[in-house]
Amino acid sequence: MEVKNERLKEQLIRISGVNPRKCMKCGKCSASCPSYDEMEYHPHQFVSMVESGNIDPLMNSESLYKCLTCFACVDRCPRNVEPAKLVEAVRLMVIRQQGRNRLTPDDIPALIDDELPQQAIVSALRKYTR
Amino acid sequence: MQRIGVFVCWCGSNIAATIDVQRVSDTLAHEPGVVFSANYQYMCSQAGQDLIKDAVRDHALTGIVICSCSPRMHEATFRKTAAAAGINSYMVEIANIREQCSWVHKDKMVGTEKAITLGRAAIAKVNLNAPLIPGETPVTKRALVIGGGIAGIQTALDIADAGFEVDIVEKKPTIGGKMAQLDKTFPTLDCAACILTPKMVDAAQNDKIRIFSYSEVTEVKGFVGNFNVKITKHARFVDETKCTGCGLCTEKCPQKGIPNEFNLNMDNRRAIYIPFAQAIPKIATIDPEHCNMLKSGKCGVCSKVCAAGAIDYTQRDEVIEESYGAIVAATGFNPISMDKFDEFAYSTSKDVVTSLEFERLMNAAGPTGGTLLRPSDGKHPHTIVFVQCVGSRCSADAEKGKEYCSKICCMYTAKHAMLTREKYPDTEVYVFYIDVRTPGKNFDEFYRRAVEEYGVHYIKGMVGKVMPQGDKLIVQASDLLDDRQLRIAADMVVLAAAMEPDKSARSLATMLTASMDTNDFFTEAHPKLRPVESPTAGIFLSGTCQGPKDIPETVAQASAAASKVIGLLCKERLVGNPCVANSNENMCTGCSLCERVCPYGAITYSDKEFKMPDRSLRIRRVASVNEAVCQGCGACTVACPSGAMDLKGFSVQQIMAEVDAICK
Repeated sequence: MEVKNERLKEQLIRISGVNPRKCMKCGKCSASCPSYDEMEYHPHQFVSMVESGNIDPLMNSESLYKCLTCFACVDRCPRNVEPAKLVEAVRLMVIRQQGRNRLTPDDIPALIDDELPQQAIVSALRKYTR
Repeated sequence: MQRIGVFVCWCGSNIAATIDVQRVSDTLAHEPGVVFSANYQYMCSQAGQDLIKDAVRDHALTGIVICSCSPRMHEATFRKTAAAAGINSYMVEIANIREQCSWVHKDKMVGTEKAITLGRAAIAKVNLNAPLIPGETPVTKRALVIGGGIAGIQTALDIADAGFEVDIVEKKPTIGGKMAQLDKTFPTLDCAACILTPKMVDAAQNDKIRIFSYSEVTEVKGFVGNFNVKITKHARFVDETKCTGCGLCTEKCPQKGIPNEFNLNMDNRRAIYIPFAQAIPKIATIDPEHCNMLKSGKCGVCSKVCAAGAIDYTQRDEVIEESYGAIVAATGFNPISMDKFDEFAYSTSKDVVTSLEFERLMNAAGPTGGTLLRPSDGKHPHTIVFVQCVGSRCSADAEKGKEYCSKICCMYTAKHAMLTREKYPDTEVYVFYIDVRTPGKNFDEFYRRAVEEYGVHYIKGMVGKVMPQGDKLIVQASDLLDDRQLRIAADMVVLAAAMEPDKSARSLATMLTASMDTNDFFTEAHPKLRPVESPTAGIFLSGTCQGPKDIPETVAQASAAASKVIGLLCKERLVGNPCVANSNENMCTGCSLCERVCPYGAITYSDKEFKMPDRSLRIRRVASVNEAVCQGCGACTVACPSGAMDLKGFSVQQIMAEVDAICK
C-alpha cells in the first residue's frame, strides 16, 4: 500500500515526537477518551491514519478542537505512543497556515463568563492560535 | 617451533560468499610455523575432519588453526578431531571468520583481509600453545530442586525415577505452587487439584525424594558435580516428626483475621495454619508475626490442644548443609502488582480482581466454597468484564508492566469466561482483547467454543477505565471493530495480570552464578538447542522461571531438565577444563585481591618458605589455585596487580601475541 503524504507524515512525526509504528492497536486511548462522543476521528484513528498517510481528513476535522488535551490516552497507552501529542501536531499543522487561527484575541470578550477560569482562556489561545 | 596446519572452512556459502577462502589459505600458508594450509567446503563434516587427520599424519603437525564458525559451535568437534589424530586437543585454535567476519561484512575485499588477520592471530597463539591435560572430578549423585511447584515436583519425580536422590526446597509451608491454587485447567477442564495432589503425594512418599518445606537456599558453593549448599529451614514452631496434621490447633487458635495468602488474602486464617487440606507436608506452621505466644508469651492454646505434643515455641531456624551434583531452578512466577494500573480501580474496589483471585473464587476449596460471589457484598455477579493483557506487552518506556506476552492469559481467560457461562448462564460475560493468542494443541478450538457455544462476548479493544458507581463498576472501553466507545455496568471486573518471575529468583541467580535476562527470567544456554540448561554448568531450568509457560509446557520442560540432570548424575567422573588459573609464587605479593574476586572460591592463601637471593629464608603469604574448583573465568588474572596470576591456555603472552599479530 502506497503511503500518501509522505512529507506531511514525516513532519508530523518530527514535531510530535510520536512514532505511530509503536502502536499495537489495542484501542486503550479511545477507551480512555472523555471526548470520544464529540469526535469524528478518535485517538486511535489519529495514530493509524497518520501512519497510513491518510492525513487530510484529520486536518479538515472538527475533532482537532474536541481533544481536551487531558492526556488520559498518553498516560494509559501501554506502548507509550502518546496519541494526544499527535492530535496536537495535526492541529498545529492546521493553525500555522495563513488565516487558520481558531481563536483570535478579538473572540475573547465574548467568551468571558464568571465560571470560566482566565487560565482556560489563556491556554485556549495558546492551543488554537498560531 | 610448532608445525602448524591451517584449515579454512567455506561453511557452504556462509563464509565463501563474502570471503575469498582460497586467498585466505594461500596467504596464511606463509605465516611463521605454518607447514600446511588448505580450504574445504565443510570442515566439520567427516570428509573435512579426515582432511585434518591426514594432514596431521602427512605433515607431522603439532598445532592446528581452523578458520571457521564461532568456537561455541564447533570447538569441541575439532578438539576431538585433533585428539583422534594424536595431538593434544588444546593445540587447536579457532579463528572465527563466520559470525565475526563473513556474516557482518558485505565487501569481499574487507572480509577477506579481516579473515586473514584473524587467522594470523590464531597462528600466533598456537605458536605459544602448550599441551594441556584436563583433570577429573567425581560427581555427587544427588540433585537439588529449588521450588516445589508443578515444575519442581515433576523434575524431582523424574530424577528419583532414574534412581537418584533429590531434595526439593520450597519456601512456602507446602509444595504445590501456583497449580495448587488453580480451579480447572485448560483446555480439558480437568480439576487442577485432582491431577496435582497425587503427584504431591508421590513426591512425599518417594524414598529418593526429601522435601524441605518452609526452607530457603541461602548459600551455594562449588561447581558442576560438586555443589555445596546451605539450606535454611525456617522455624515453623511445630515438630515435623510429631505433627499429625489433624488441624485442631488451626481451629482453636484465638488469633483470627489474618489474611490468608493461599486464598490471596480474600479470607482469613489463624496464626497457626495449614495452607490447604491436601498440603504436603501436612504440618501446621505458626506465623511468628501474629502468634501471641511468640510475641508476648501469653496464649499457648495450640500447645494445650495438640494431642501429639508437636508445638515447640523454642524452635529455631536450622541450617542444613548438603552436597549436590546438579541444581535445578524451578522458582516459578507471580502475577504482577496492580499498583501502577489505577485506571482499573483494583485498589479502590473489591470487585475488581486478578485472574488468580478469580481462580480462588471459582474453586470449591476457595473463600466462597466454589460459588462465584462478589467479594464486596457476597452477591452473584450478573455482568462480568474480563480485561486481557493487563501489564503484558507494554513498551519499556511506558514505565509500567512488562514488555513480553505472558502467554497463558488468553487461554485462562477463555476458561474463566466459559466456566462462568456454564455454571451461571444468566451472567453476561465480556472479554476485551487486543489479540487472542491460542497456539497449542486444542487451544484455538477451546477459545472458539467459548465464543460459539457459550456465547461469551469477545470485543476487540481495551478497557480505558473502570469507575465504581454505587454497587456497579462502570467499564469504559473501546469496541474497535464497531468503532464505538462502550460503557458497561458490570458487577465484577477480572484483570489478566501479567506474570513475572518470583522475586527470589534474582538473589538465587547470584548464588548460582546463573545468568538472567532483563526481566529476571533465567537465561538458557542456547535459546533453541539447550533450552533447559543455564549457561553455568550443572544448573538446569524448569518451568516459568525461564519464561512464561502453561502447565503442559512446564511439565515437558521439567521432564527435559530432569533428563539432563540424570545424564549428568550417571557419569562417575567429570572431565574438567584444563584452562585454569595458576599463580607464580615468586611474583605473588599476597594481596588477596584474586581471592576476593574469585566467584568459585578456588583461591586460597598460605604461608610458604622462600629462599632469598642472599640464601636467607623468608616466609611469605602466597596464593594457590584449586584446579578442580577453578572454572577458568580469568577474573583473578585481570585483578592481580603484580602479574603473578595467569590462565593456562589464555596466558598473557598468548593474548599479547594475538594482539601483536592483529596490529602488525
